[in-house]
Amino acid sequence: MRPTQQGSDVTPVAGTTTRNIQLTVNGKDYSVEVSPRRTLLDLLRDQLALTGTKKVCDMGHCGACTVLRDGTAVLSCLTLATACDGVSIVTVEGLAAPDGTLSPLQQAFIDCDGFQCGFCTPGQLVSATALLAENPTPSREEIKAYMAGNLCRCGAYSGIVDAIEQASRQG
Amino acid sequence: MTRVVKTKIEIEGRVHEEAVVVERDEPAAWEAGREFAQVGKSANRVDGRERVTGAARYTYDVHPAGLLYTAVLRCPHPHARIVFLDTTAAENHPGVRAVISKNNAPDIGWYGGASKLFDEELRFAGEEVAVVAADDADIARDALKLIKVGYEVLPAVLDVEDAAAHDAPTIHPKGNVLLDDDGHRGETYTRGSLDEGFRSADVVVEGTFRTPTALHNSFETHGCAASWDGDEITIWESTQYIFGVRGRVASALKLPVSSVRVISEYMGGGFGSKGQTLKHSVIAPLLSRMTGRPIKYMLDRHEENLLSGNRGETVQKIRIGATREGKLVAIEMETLCNIGAYGTWAAAVDGPAKELYSCPNVRTYTLGVRTNLGSHAAFRAPGHVEGTFGLESAIDELCRQLNMDPIEFRKLNYAESDQVSGKPYTSKYLLESYDLAAKLHSEAGEPSLESLPPGNWKVGTGMGSQVWSGGGGPPAHALVRLNSDGTIEVISGTQDIGTGIKTSLSQVAAEVIGVPLESVRFRLGDTQKGPFAPASWGSITVPSVGPAVRVAAEDAKQQLLEIASYFFEVPASQLQIKDGFVTIEGREEGKRSIGEVLSEVGDYMIVGKGFRGPNPVEPLRTWGAQIADVAVDLDTGRVRVLRVVAVHDVGRVLNPKGLASQFYGGILQGVGLALMEDRVVDERTGLVVNGNLQDYKVPTMADLPEMIVRAVDIPDTAANHIGSKGAGEPPIIPTPAAIANAIYDATGVRVRDLPVTPRRLLDSLATQGPSTAQEESGS
Repeated sequence: MRPTQQGSDVTPVAGTTTRNIQLTVNGKDYSVEVSPRRTLLDLLRDQLALTGTKKVCDMGHCGACTVLRDGTAVLSCLTLATACDGVSIVTVEGLAAPDGTLSPLQQAFIDCDGFQCGFCTPGQLVSATALLAENPTPSREEIKAYMAGNLCRCGAYSGIVDAIEQASRQG
Repeated sequence: MTRVVKTKIEIEGRVHEEAVVVERDEPAAWEAGREFAQVGKSANRVDGRERVTGAARYTYDVHPAGLLYTAVLRCPHPHARIVFLDTTAAENHPGVRAVISKNNAPDIGWYGGASKLFDEELRFAGEEVAVVAADDADIARDALKLIKVGYEVLPAVLDVEDAAAHDAPTIHPKGNVLLDDDGHRGETYTRGSLDEGFRSADVVVEGTFRTPTALHNSFETHGCAASWDGDEITIWESTQYIFGVRGRVASALKLPVSSVRVISEYMGGGFGSKGQTLKHSVIAPLLSRMTGRPIKYMLDRHEENLLSGNRGETVQKIRIGATREGKLVAIEMETLCNIGAYGTWAAAVDGPAKELYSCPNVRTYTLGVRTNLGSHAAFRAPGHVEGTFGLESAIDELCRQLNMDPIEFRKLNYAESDQVSGKPYTSKYLLESYDLAAKLHSEAGEPSLESLPPGNWKVGTGMGSQVWSGGGGPPAHALVRLNSDGTIEVISGTQDIGTGIKTSLSQVAAEVIGVPLESVRFRLGDTQKGPFAPASWGSITVPSVGPAVRVAAEDAKQQLLEIASYFFEVPASQLQIKDGFVTIEGREEGKRSIGEVLSEVGDYMIVGKGFRGPNPVEPLRTWGAQIADVAVDLDTGRVRVLRVVAVHDVGRVLNPKGLASQFYGGILQGVGLALMEDRVVDERTGLVVNGNLQDYKVPTMADLPEMIVRAVDIPDTAANHIGSKGAGEPPIIPTPAAIANAIYDATGVRVRDLPVTPRRLLDSLATQGPSTAQEESGS
């Protein structure tokens, strides 16, 4: 017998000290109390009920939680909420026009079947939005290189490339 | 009139007989060449808007008020017994609402009685020791550190060949290996005489082929939210089988099934792993009862990769023989399958050896072996992907030695009927698949090398072919409701796991009733709403639920026409519905919308009822062929798949756009298995070291080859009355074999172990080398 043990008597650091931050999400202003350990992803999903942004790996490996932070694509699972005081965030829920009209990219994802289960789709759409903002007319190879950090286990990649091309043509 | 008939149903190589309720006569099959308004036309997904706006609510997104979060203490050893366990400090930690473990959990059997919901003996690293429910996820995780547990570490077996040895330590109450019905180790299949076969062979190819343990990595992890309402529990579950979860939870908690509601409206992928019910589905309701609060219990990525299933590794010893003229005369295949700690079945790795080619002498032996690792689960065409890699690699070697074209060889050894049952197939268009794939490949010309980085690239081409079930069967049911305002709802307890079933089956309903696709709403994934439908596995949903939807829609339409006949003052048989309007056949005037007809009869709701009838007695198969072009950098060993041409016979195509996506996805997962996917276990500690999406490699957009995909698209009118077969699994089956054969074509080196990593390929180039490859392949 080789005995081993788990557990300790040391009480873990209490995560109860919260901090107030103010941020804009999809054009709406929020003032929220967040714990220092809270990620932007959990803030969006659990405190602001914006569950469109998805948690897939929670380690910055897959791109599913991508949001725009002051216009730049970031991984919300690797972004601490406390670092978002005063910033403006756009999530997948903020891509369509206020009247519900889909963005050209969103419509193109539907037209080109750029998703299957749809779980990576919010991150794909936000990354693609950032791509077209940086480079309005990317080549297929440029699309593949830019989007390679957004994984899709269903394998909808060809539809995603087609969709980004379609949206880019529509300007 | 209702009657009961017995019918055989085959799912992923396993056949069972079922007594089936036939509610009435089934309609005649849609004939070949029939003109449709909706069926066979490319349609966008009916729930596309929800999926691109973030509005689609998946299990992970369910957030009932008062929700508690969970964290799980897991066994850190591959095999151990708990000698003490103290959760007091965790329970007293501020914010913790409950802790469940063997100390307080009810005695609920698990893994077929081999273990318990919380057992003292733990058989893989990652098994549940205790689960904490707390106000937030951080507190729950903190509390895990306060649980004190001591383990007696027991002998573990991690290697499939070690575990199969007679002197291996026994790690499971029923032994380390699966037994057949007569109590013998493993399953054996024989036809003809191998001795005679190999005696008549002029050329023999022999080799050991290995496939890795591959992880599903569905993007939504397994998990649920659970909430009691009185004595009824609602479970939002990321599952391929809501009725399976309902049954398992009801039996574990000793509840009537009517008290368990399981919902899975949007689901973030399963690939086979979510056909089972895991422990969380029972633990969450228990914690919810203990705390009086809703519970969220989602696995994290690493946990997902420890315990939610995998495509278990295989070791295949294959020997095949052919005459000088290229007639296959003997196939022998012995396979070990790693089924993990609690597996109870072995995948049908020998299916291709038994059926893909005409061969009079075949012997297969398949041994499922338990190891101290997470149990396997069905993973997109389980067994056939692995067995096709081995068999089609060997066939490729044979073709090289015979100096025969691979398609010519396949046509010469074409199996006209099923050699296992002796019966003809309901349909088989594999010859058409070979010809169309070859034609498309040739028309596509040389693949472009433009996107390749600088390197010592060599290009090669290889092929693989495929046989798989995919016929589905009963029981499967659907309802079609026509509301008084003319809106149409199709209701079935099936699941859309990303395949687009909601769309293709809406097309069936719209077709039958005679309305635009937008008029139909498909409601699925709720045991309380939907009549029974089977698990979304085995490529069975279209051929199982599709006919039920057709029957329900025909029923609803007939009721509507009978009501309309009162107002039109003609018999129902003279009425028709087109583009959503009822008219007297041959006339345009006086047309009324469905809503206009139904609003005349109060707030009346038509409910049409549909069922899936029994299966034909003939075996039903899907078929296909793929041709891959690859580039190999001889200096680095890197392989790039340039192009895959795929042609599959899956019966009538309902939605070409959705079908193409299934083909693309299958091919890409095949690329992953061929080149990069491999769960790595540390052999000293028994721990999975790459259970995340960085170290476990899945294909990215940078790996995307050009894909040219087609369905033969000939309806199988004997299979069922819509003529469709399943399509989710076939496209992954031949891909790894085609890629491996293309690598041989490029390099002259045969890599018999998947994945073909740069390291493995460089090692093979060094040992086999292009110049020695010919002798090596004959050994």
